[in-house]
Amino acid sequence: MATLEIKNLHVSVQTEQGAKEILKGVDLTIRSGETHAVMGPNGSGKSTLAYSVAGHPKYEVTDGEILLDGESVLEMSVDERARAGLFLAMQYPVEIPGVSVSNFLRTAKTALTGEAPALRQWVGDLREGMKNLKMDSDFTERNVNEGFSGGEKKRHEILQLELLKPKIAILDETDSGLDVDALKIVSEGVNRAKASSDLGVLLITHYTRILRYIKPDFVHVFVAGKVAEQGGPELADRLEAEGYDRYLKASA
Amino acid sequence: MAQHGIKEHSHGGDVPIQTRNLRPRSTSVSDFPEVSKLQEIWRYLPIDKLRGLDQEVMGELGQEAIELVLAPGVTSRWIESSDSLVGTAGLPEDRVSAASWTNASKTLVIEIPKDLEVNEPSFIRINPASVDANALHIVVVAGMHSNSTLVLDHIGQGVLGENIEIVLQDGANLNFVTIQEWEKGSSHVSAQFAKLGRDSNLKHVVVSLGGDVVRVTPSVELSSPGAEVNMYGVYLANTGNFFEHRPYVDHIAPNCVSNVAYKGALQGAGAHTVWVGDVLIRESATGTSTYELNRNLLLTDGARADSVPNLEIETGKIEGAGHASASGRFDDEQLFYLQARGISESEARRLVVRGFLSELIQKIGVAEVEERLIAAVELELEKAGV
Repeated sequence: MATLEIKNLHVSVQTEQGAKEILKGVDLTIRSGETHAVMGPNGSGKSTLAYSVAGHPKYEVTDGEILLDGESVLEMSVDERARAGLFLAMQYPVEIPGVSVSNFLRTAKTALTGEAPALRQWVGDLREGMKNLKMDSDFTERNVNEGFSGGEKKRHEILQLELLKPKIAILDETDSGLDVDALKIVSEGVNRAKASSDLGVLLITHYTRILRYIKPDFVHVFVAGKVAEQGGPELADRLEAEGYDRYLKASA
Repeated sequence: MAQHGIKEHSHGGDVPIQTRNLRPRSTSVSDFPEVSKLQEIWRYLPIDKLRGLDQEVMGELGQEAIELVLAPGVTSRWIESSDSLVGTAGLPEDRVSAASWTNASKTLVIEIPKDLEVNEPSFIRINPASVDANALHIVVVAGMHSNSTLVLDHIGQGVLGENIEIVLQDGANLNFVTIQEWEKGSSHVSAQFAKLGRDSNLKHVVVSLGGDVVRVTPSVELSSPGAEVNMYGVYLANTGNFFEHRPYVDHIAPNCVSNVAYKGALQGAGAHTVWVGDVLIRESATGTSTYELNRNLLLTDGARADSVPNLEIETGKIEGAGHASASGRFDDEQLFYLQARGISESEARRLVVRGFLSELIQKIGVAEVEERLIAAVELELEKAGV
């Protein structure tokens, strides 16, 4: 049982015009087994939230706190956060030339568990994970994200989610750029991870489409760096029908 | 897309003094001025570390310093340097090369007979075990339609002025690898000349890992149609290393292909690498396809990488020509991605560097050399505590 608490989070980024505040006091609590959807228009700070929790150096937390089971996440380095059980599925995974998927995954698994995984078990898990996500077996020999299509990049992120078994996963617009078939495959992967490990999920999305396949328990609407409204799955249905205009007018 | 933190090379500024093929060529030392920083070709090099290689008179590397392990069918012999075979592939373009030329009275000839196809590589191992300036001249002849691999390996301590000629007859295929893994106290200036016959294919690989001064200037003359050259370079420079690589491709004949790719990683105060890549496409070289690239990864503060691509094009009737050069620090986004998967910063850096270089190491095509280099890279990274 894990709990991620985000309290009054204020985050700024450096721009040419000086520091610009993107998050203006975010409160959010995610527990194991729960799925939270964070929805909002472009520029509302959704991705900033994801990167701030993961610890990207570009984002400066100016106020508030992030706690994982009571421990301050902000005190941890990026890799310590991952080892504490946090996972971020990236919207734009970077290429790492010359590093094979196979080498990368094994190195990550070893770093997370503190010991190299038993070879037979590992190869089996990897093969099954790739089969479930309908990935070719030669995929592991390719360099990380190099020449991957948009769909391959997202499947690779979800493969990591399934193999690395975090406590809390943040999915940053994992649905963007996917066709319906790929979206279903990726969603099934998330649902498998949830079913097998009591994973807590923070699902960041611009569209309601992915929520047909991954059912949220809670929906939070993000506008201008804050949670503007929250509720159950029915809130997503309303957004589907009405869009974000209502919030944008209110904030303008 | 530009990577985070990477600085692209500037265009203009360092304009070549003259069209590349107009540089004087001579075997006579006196035809060249004293080595000086005022000359473009020597502007980066720490001249005080030439250790006699720029003098008119130097010794000649003894045959006992050279070990040959040749694949079946490949032959070797020593000839007088006055033999007409010497000078087939090119002539010196600088003073050190001319001095090495005139001071080597004998020339080692390695011949790959016509039609010989041999998988196992041949090795020339050079270990001077001396700090006296010595000259060495080698001519490699790859016979018509032969297919082979030759590794020129420099180890131990030495002060060596070298001229290497590589002649590919029509249809020959040669993988030539030159490794510089010198110990401290070594200086090495190697002028390499390759002349490619019709439809021949040369892979020329430069690997520099050690030495106070290492300067390799491989020039490739594409004077017969249909020839192709792939020039790769991998280097890892530490404090105390100065590595300079100046590949030059002279496109003379039509329908030739050249591809140049060098990558280096630098760490430690004073580590300095120079890459100057010249490609000349002459008016006669229609249908040329060429690309040259240099990338440097700076691992620590205090290291310096100079990178200058020069492309001269005298005809518009070409398939394609391009160049790229960039030197940068670690890509923070790559580090973030790896760290976000639990991998520690130091391990992430190691992965990125290994990956950065292994792309080219994988192209060497000689398993034992690849393995040795990967091990050397690991060791260097460990030493620096990166």
